[in-house]
Amino acid sequence: MNEASPDSAPAVDVAQAVRQRRVEVAQRKPEADADVNLQHIQVCNYSFFYGTTQVLFDVNMDIPERRVTALIGPSGCGKTTLLRNINRMNDLIDGIRHQGDILIGGQSVYDRYLEVISLRKRIGMVFQKSNPFPKTIYENIVYSLRVAGRNKKAELDETVERSLRGAALWDEVKDRLKESAFSLSGGQMQRLCIARAIANRPEILLMDEPCSALDPVATGKIEDLIDELKKEYTIIIVTHNMQQAARVSDRTAFFYLGKLIEYDDTQTIFMNPAEEQTEAYVSGRFG
Amino acid sequence: MKQVDDHAAQSTPRPSAPASGSGRPAGETYVWVTGMGLTVGLTMIVLLLALVVYNGVSVFWPRHVALVEFQDDGATRFRDGTRALGVILIEQDRDMRDLTPEQRDSPNPADRREKQLFLGNRDAFGQSFAYFSAGDIERVSYPEEVIRAERMEWGDAIFFPIRLELQDADPIEADDPAFDSTLHKLVDEVNARRAAITRIERHAIGQINLQMRDLELEERFYSRQDALTPEQQAARDSVRDRMEQLRAKYEPLAAEAAALRAKQEENRLVYRLVTGDERSMPLGQVVHYYYPNRLTLAGRARLFAGHIWGFLSGYPREANTEGGIFPAIFGTFVMTLLMSVAVMPFGIMAAIYLREYAKQGPLVRAVRIAINNLAGVPSIVFGIFGLGFFVYFVGGNIDRVFYDRALPTPTFGTPGILWAALTLALMTVPVVIVATEEALAAVPRGVREGSLACGASKWQTIRYLVLPASAPGILTGLVLAMARGAGEVAPLMLVGVVALAPNLPVDAIFPFIHLERKFMHLGFHIYDLGFQSPDSEAAKPMVFATTLVLILLVVVLNLLAILVRNHLRKKYATDKF
Repeated sequence: MNEASPDSAPAVDVAQAVRQRRVEVAQRKPEADADVNLQHIQVCNYSFFYGTTQVLFDVNMDIPERRVTALIGPSGCGKTTLLRNINRMNDLIDGIRHQGDILIGGQSVYDRYLEVISLRKRIGMVFQKSNPFPKTIYENIVYSLRVAGRNKKAELDETVERSLRGAALWDEVKDRLKESAFSLSGGQMQRLCIARAIANRPEILLMDEPCSALDPVATGKIEDLIDELKKEYTIIIVTHNMQQAARVSDRTAFFYLGKLIEYDDTQTIFMNPAEEQTEAYVSGRFG
Repeated sequence: MKQVDDHAAQSTPRPSAPASGSGRPAGETYVWVTGMGLTVGLTMIVLLLALVVYNGVSVFWPRHVALVEFQDDGATRFRDGTRALGVILIEQDRDMRDLTPEQRDSPNPADRREKQLFLGNRDAFGQSFAYFSAGDIERVSYPEEVIRAERMEWGDAIFFPIRLELQDADPIEADDPAFDSTLHKLVDEVNARRAAITRIERHAIGQINLQMRDLELEERFYSRQDALTPEQQAARDSVRDRMEQLRAKYEPLAAEAAALRAKQEENRLVYRLVTGDERSMPLGQVVHYYYPNRLTLAGRARLFAGHIWGFLSGYPREANTEGGIFPAIFGTFVMTLLMSVAVMPFGIMAAIYLREYAKQGPLVRAVRIAINNLAGVPSIVFGIFGLGFFVYFVGGNIDRVFYDRALPTPTFGTPGILWAALTLALMTVPVVIVATEEALAAVPRGVREGSLACGASKWQTIRYLVLPASAPGILTGLVLAMARGAGEVAPLMLVGVVALAPNLPVDAIFPFIHLERKFMHLGFHIYDLGFQSPDSEAAKPMVFATTLVLILLVVVLNLLAILVRNHLRKKYATDKF
């Protein structure tokens, strides 16, 4: 789990040190620690393996805070794998291995003192296929608060309204919060998942092809939403749709066969790419 | 819908469409073959159910009693007379080997047929059923004055009433208008008294007996000691005092019961059998009576309902062939509930570990195969294991540790309802594990990932999302387990079922649930009635009725579980956790 981060703790009282560090990590907030920006992500010499298959080759990226970064590339190029490693969702898979590191606010996501649960609490995630829980709309939103043991009704109500407004869904569902989430339409469900992802005020929002199953109207709403959300969150979005990448993102990274081919401002990537492969891909000649 | 389309295509072949290369007409031919398989299966099930329902329900219908008169010159006689009185049950062809040559060649087909009569009066005739050649029957009539009475002993009596002999009044003749009302009143009194006797003997005296047994055990413990300390002596004296007090309480109760019993014998009913013999019986014998040939349809329906109720709520009599089956219904129900309570947590926990936590690999695969094989182990093997492990080992050790004063009489070291429930739980746990695993696997991966991405731990994900979402599937597994457990007989014979249990496993005596008791079970009851009773012909209707009740009980348990499942499905789809 932590081949990349050598154990630097003093040998005296490891358990005490672990507890101490966990408290520090859990309590650390940007305003409390000015030089640490928890919305800043760095990917350093990162390689990733499923069993013996290497899917990421030595990726280096510096993802700026409060910007939308799009990951594009043909299927199987490793962009989703990278996204899912930022909040360590790939831990669920057997036989994985990595080299290099991913740092958030200067701290490794593989830090042995960092609990993966507290990492995921700071990172919201929206999946390709909308996955509302089989509960009411209200309970879907407050789920992340409840699992964190926060059950005060006033706070929950406030969170529901804020999140649904943030996901531009409030006006559509405010009268039916107690209805099942499955009563929503496809586009509404995906916006509900976005609302759920931002309910716990994360610092980073990961989006894995959030619009691939939606019609153009719903896609437009979600793109507007992303534009709105980047004022508060660092957003990384994986997309197959190059127009979408061009429309919503500030920075774009092009992956091919597990390698990061080019990473630059979106305008540069689409207008004036440095690499031939990038040019071929964004102009639709392959992929 | 698709089948309908295919069907239509097949029945109206288009002339332009040529048959395929093999000459086979276009369309789904195998729809007929597969449909036939389903039809055969369904037909057999429906026929079986119809047979059981018809035979099980018709037992309770109060049928007419026929007076059958034979030809004077015919060969058929009933106890040297030419008349027989009873319920005509069936008419069938006689066995060819029993026919005389004349009968075999007779132009009248009735000569080759016979009728079965239910005669009752087993005390007088020695048999309840008889077959008579149909050809010899001259006349069948339905005399109005015939009474059919259900008795405590010897089964039903069918007779012509003569008079009531009363203790403190003049006899009442059967043609007196007051006869029926008086008899009715007296039978009601008799039944009330019988209930009072049961109350005294079963409950009041039963409780005293239980306390007495405990005290006797204590007393025996002291009397076995060589030398008693002064405290022990005091304790022994107090035990003896309490035994005296109990005896003093017992005496008046026993006297009261004896007085009631004597009162049951006071009034007698004198009646005449079809053979002309006059007999009499004390009214205490009569459970209920009716005039089978005088009833209106409504009266018959009322009696029918009463018979069913008596069967469901009554206690068995006369080696289980008469009376009700309430203890068997109750025992089956309690055993199945106990089994469910035991099997649920273990099955679900095992499935959660296997599916959610265990690292999938050869070992887990092997465990899974072993569990599936466990479901196929013959149930009698589980019975033997239950007897050896639960009864002798676990029960024996419990006795040694907690009930050593009662030894060598076993308390838990003998078959009982707890061990039966645990044995069946062991037998059905694979069913629950497999169903739960499937239900867990059916929860979409997206839901789990969504939960983990919200910062939930694995256990929180299981607890709040995976388990509720799979609750309907888990309950389906439990339904299957319950249906299998409720219908199982073979292992139960080894670990706790008896043909006649003196007490219910749950009653009003502390501690109310008596897990060490033996119990009755519908499945075993069927076996006992059909194959172990002295008069299997008399027991046949009871076998069908009991089978029907067992099927209904399983259906009711399943319906209950399905209702709970639907409720859960609704609840977890909308409610907060």
